[in-house]
Amino acid sequence: MTPRRRPGERLVRSYVVTDGRSHPSRNTLDLVTLLIAADDLPLTGLSPEKRGLMELCRPGALSVAEVAGHLELPVSVTKVLIADLIDSGHIVTRAPIPSARPSDTRILQEVLDGLRARL
Amino acid sequence: MGSAPASDDVRPRSGGMHLPPTVQTAVKLLIVGHFAVGKTTFVGALSEIRPLRTEEVMTQAGALVDDLAGTRDKTTTTVALDFGRLTLNDALVLYLFGTPGQQRFTELWQDMTRGALGALVLADTRRLDQSFEVMGVLEELGLPYAVALNEFDDAPEHGLDEVREALDLLPSTPLVRCDARDRVSSTEALIALVEYLLTRTGELEHA
Repeated sequence: MTPRRRPGERLVRSYVVTDGRSHPSRNTLDLVTLLIAADDLPLTGLSPEKRGLMELCRPGALSVAEVAGHLELPVSVTKVLIADLIDSGHIVTRAPIPSARPSDTRILQEVLDGLRARL
Repeated sequence: MGSAPASDDVRPRSGGMHLPPTVQTAVKLLIVGHFAVGKTTFVGALSEIRPLRTEEVMTQAGALVDDLAGTRDKTTTTVALDFGRLTLNDALVLYLFGTPGQQRFTELWQDMTRGALGALVLADTRRLDQSFEVMGVLEELGLPYAVALNEFDDAPEHGLDEVREALDLLPSTPLVRCDARDRVSSTEALIALVEYLLTRTGELEHA
């Protein structure tokens, strides 16, 4: 599978989308951090990309990676946008899960049971 | 933003695009291996959503990417991440990230491996030597892994013992065969990995 569009061919350059920033305002976002849109805040004043992100998240939770995939933006750019939206209260992350500690036996057992149930 | 993703995947999706509201925890496993070993196929066979691709831009000079385009003399390199999702129960979702495991993308690796439960290394018996780099990176990062031989139709038959020796695997590292195109076979490979992770965690706890 080949990506449809190369970064260089993007209509709007990444640094425009992020106002020239390359780092998010917070560093707690993981690829699998789950995002939920606050549905009571107006979208006025948001950039088209942030508005798109909000619209994507409104129907239900998605991970950071999924949001990047659907918006066709690099993960790093997506994180900058998400961090802004968290700062402004538009996005909340589901229970600040310190993404399950790898040593968590209970989680591993749940994963195993879930996989076995698919056979 | 842009055109519909080019995808040859026409399977109907079992669920919606969004997660059920009850999901509380997200975990991830990495599917790693060299170019064309079947990572995308593996993720696609298991994912409940149409597999997505995102990319991370790395600032790195003239590197050979996991891409048919081959060498590109640029100061930025794009590393593709293919990923899929499996909702395992009401409260738990598993993400699978398929990515090339090259040494030079350590920055990306650190981001991906943080919080990851473990990795499944896909290997091809015709090119076993190409798996060493990936396994080296995982060992360096301290991420536990299992190895699955993706059986290509035209690959010569090798006994698992022979492959284990060739890959210089620890006796405890699981080695299984799988067909990345097949959902059941791929699920079984993941199960072998998670069983190993559980055993390992149990041993660490009782050590």
